[in-house]
Amino acid sequence: MKVTTVSQRIESEGAVMSNTSAVLDTPEQAFAGLETRDAHAWFGKHHALSSVSLRFPAKSVTGLIGPSGCGKSTYLRLLNRMHEFIPNSAMAGEVLLHGVDIYGESVDPAAIRLKIGMVFQKPNPFPAMTIRENVISGLKLAHIKIDNEDDLVEKCLNRAGLWKEVKDRLDASGGSLSGGQQQRLCIARSLAVEPEVLLMDEPCSALDPGSTLRIEETIKELAEKITVVIVTHNMQQASRVSDYCAFFLSDGGPGVLVEADQTRKMFTNPTDTRTADYVQGKFG
Amino acid sequence: MNIVAPIKREMHVVHSRGDKVFRGIVTAGALTSLVILGLIGSFLFARGAQVFSQYGLKFITGTNWSSSMEEGIPSEFGMGPMLVGTIVVSVIALLFAVPMSIAGALYIEFYATGRVRKIMSGLLDLAAAIPSLIFGLWGIQIFTNFGQRWASFLGNRLGFVPIFNTISDNYGRSPFVAGCVLAAMVVPITTSVAREVYSRTPRELIDTCYALGGSKWGAIKTVVLPFGKSGVVGGAMLGLGRALGETVAVYLVLNLNFRYTFRILESEGGNVASLIATRFGESSSEELTALVAAGFVLFLLTLSVNMVASAIVAKTTRS
Amino acid sequence: MRSAVSIGAVGVLSLVIVLFTGFAGVDGWAVTVFLVSVLLIIVRGRKMSVKERGNAKVQLFITAAALLAFAPWISIFGSVLVKGIVGLKLNFVTSDMRTTVPDDELNLGGALHAMLGSLLMVVMATAITLPLGILSGVYLTEIKGRFTFLVRFVIQSMSGVPSIVAGLFVFTTYVSATHGPTAFGGSLALGILMLPTVARTSEEVLKLVPDDLRSASLALGARQWRTTLMVVLPTVRSGLITAAILGVARVIGETAPLLLTAGSNTAFWFNPLKGPIASLPIYVFGMLQIGTEYAVNRAWTGALVLMLTVFALFFTARKLGGKDKR
Repeated sequence: MKVTTVSQRIESEGAVMSNTSAVLDTPEQAFAGLETRDAHAWFGKHHALSSVSLRFPAKSVTGLIGPSGCGKSTYLRLLNRMHEFIPNSAMAGEVLLHGVDIYGESVDPAAIRLKIGMVFQKPNPFPAMTIRENVISGLKLAHIKIDNEDDLVEKCLNRAGLWKEVKDRLDASGGSLSGGQQQRLCIARSLAVEPEVLLMDEPCSALDPGSTLRIEETIKELAEKITVVIVTHNMQQASRVSDYCAFFLSDGGPGVLVEADQTRKMFTNPTDTRTADYVQGKFG
Repeated sequence: MNIVAPIKREMHVVHSRGDKVFRGIVTAGALTSLVILGLIGSFLFARGAQVFSQYGLKFITGTNWSSSMEEGIPSEFGMGPMLVGTIVVSVIALLFAVPMSIAGALYIEFYATGRVRKIMSGLLDLAAAIPSLIFGLWGIQIFTNFGQRWASFLGNRLGFVPIFNTISDNYGRSPFVAGCVLAAMVVPITTSVAREVYSRTPRELIDTCYALGGSKWGAIKTVVLPFGKSGVVGGAMLGLGRALGETVAVYLVLNLNFRYTFRILESEGGNVASLIATRFGESSSEELTALVAAGFVLFLLTLSVNMVASAIVAKTTRS
Repeated sequence: MRSAVSIGAVGVLSLVIVLFTGFAGVDGWAVTVFLVSVLLIIVRGRKMSVKERGNAKVQLFITAAALLAFAPWISIFGSVLVKGIVGLKLNFVTSDMRTTVPDDELNLGGALHAMLGSLLMVVMATAITLPLGILSGVYLTEIKGRFTFLVRFVIQSMSGVPSIVAGLFVFTTYVSATHGPTAFGGSLALGILMLPTVARTSEEVLKLVPDDLRSASLALGARQWRTTLMVVLPTVRSGLITAAILGVARVIGETAPLLLTAGSNTAFWFNPLKGPIASLPIYVFGMLQIGTEYAVNRAWTGALVLMLTVFALFFTARKLGGKDKR
């Protein structure tokens, strides 16, 4: 990969750096293998994210919370190398999966995305494919051989909580489902390639409350086997769904990580006053 | 806290080997299209430049097109009459087509109801698909009778006006008739565009007119027509582009004569396209080059008209 | 204005006037009806307000002009159907003109050679332009490389080439070099006219694919070329077919370029490089030039077949165009 190392530009970033980011570790429990060290992100000249260091706990749900525009989604896209598709983007720092920087010279980004999957805000099943084809599309696209297609389709749809509703119409078009069902189809699709981590960017914000609750249940079940990182605007959702939370904030400059801890503690007894203000609804 | 400026790494999308091959193939395909089409453009330009350097501006203004096979007598190539003929026939076509298109579009959009509108709409789309050859066939076989009658009417009543003056009594194969046939060909395009534009008139403006006590025509006059003005102009230019390059219909209807004429009711005329169609067969290589140059001039003409048209149409569709 | 009395009055008055003044033909009738209607509005208008009268007059004018605009096409459809169906016998589609003279009766000879010729040239032109056009569209939307502006500009410009000029280009280069008109030359000329249409339609259709489909595919770990081939292109499959059909519909009625590049013939053979070939438009054109009664009949029949083909193509394209799921 072409990495152009730009020499240190202390002057231009000067004012921005006054708001230092806290470097926090998540409590000792099984480490997911995914962590970022001093991660930054730029859109052209705009410094969007500053110095985020976070280690993700395994087999749990970590919620990224904070007001809109603080760089949560940008951070999420750093984790699976989707940020680089934006023209004139730049990053700094390291994103490590099992100790290996995913932005390293010899790393294949497509392979990373097989291990770190993503579900988007707006459900986007492939319209030209049936439900069955959608589920296995990830494997077909990555040219991975499938041993037992029917088993895999059933397993993934089950994990996504969709099997019962569509098992009789697997050959219907992917677009013929309701919004909530489409999103669960997208979750099933992401699960089919067996990722270690599933990133979710406000997956329920385009859905009705009923679908939202069902997907939240699904997320909690998924976390028994894989690590989930979910960006959410909705504090109630964060407190319902996540085991850990990371609070992002921006004062007009780049987004920074203010505090990260167990969800219970973040909501009842946070360390930072800004966190306390946010979870009490004083802004955001 | 320790502030260390981050080492920024600019990011580019990584391409796998498969990606590179794919991009190569696609780029090759696009470049092939580019080369083929560009080749034509440059070929036309080269020949055009060659002829212009040889004959200068007289190529456009000169009145005589004669190819000489004899030694000592130079060939003279002046496409003036044909260029003028192209423009005359096209202008006649537009003069008829634009009012009819506006009326047609207004009728479909504001006066026609339910089933009538659907039928007319369908007819409009079908009409746009008719090949020009069929217009020519219809023109010479059927329309000429009508056109002749109207032309003789004009010639007899308004013959004192120079352009309606005629020497002979034969009106059937005149630029006037050809212009009418071209008008019929152009109307589908211009009507479609006009209708598209009129349908986008903001409903609130029209309703306001009614609310103020205006009539349908009042609303149309004050709101719809001004709103759609530039769109209709764009559509008219699209139609003009089509008329300028038209070959077969003109060839069949018009009595081809390569002389300057502004007497549009007289049965003689021509346009650049029919010049090429008539002369290509027995032309010397010298004349062939001249024909290509004439084609280049025609191409420039249609190109500029089309570019202006699409710019206008794009502007109106954006708003 | 809509009462039967009005229409009846208009009709009677017009009849009287036509008989007395000798206005001839359909146009005579049309003008008379129009003038009488205007008169009627003025007369009955005493009962209406100024505004309503004006409104009615305007409506009359607009209706008349609209009818005038539509009249030619109705005339064309009607005349092609009526005059063409006379010669539409079985032999028209099964035999050629090798042993028949245009002046023979209509149950002899046919246009099979012309139809096959058109088919051959169109197929060849499509075989060249469809891949190139789609690749260009993909380049412009998916790859967006360095040449994007140039490619788009050239395609846009060349879509305005007059068909005769395209034919002239092929004539002065290919045909002159190979000494004579051939089917291949004809297909080259048609291809030049088709390519911009196919490329532009492909680009437009590809632009409609929402970006989040591509994001979804990439986020699944797919490479870019697989994303394009297995997600983007299948999503617009019917749109691309529509592009091809529209391209074909555009060129199948072209006469001028084929005059210069493919010539004419009385028989058909499959070798595209051997000699001149007939095509349906040239057939019609040629018959018209001959001008005798039976020849002109054949021309009308040919025109009927041509028109039906074009309409069938447009109808198919319309049906397909709505099938892409977003």
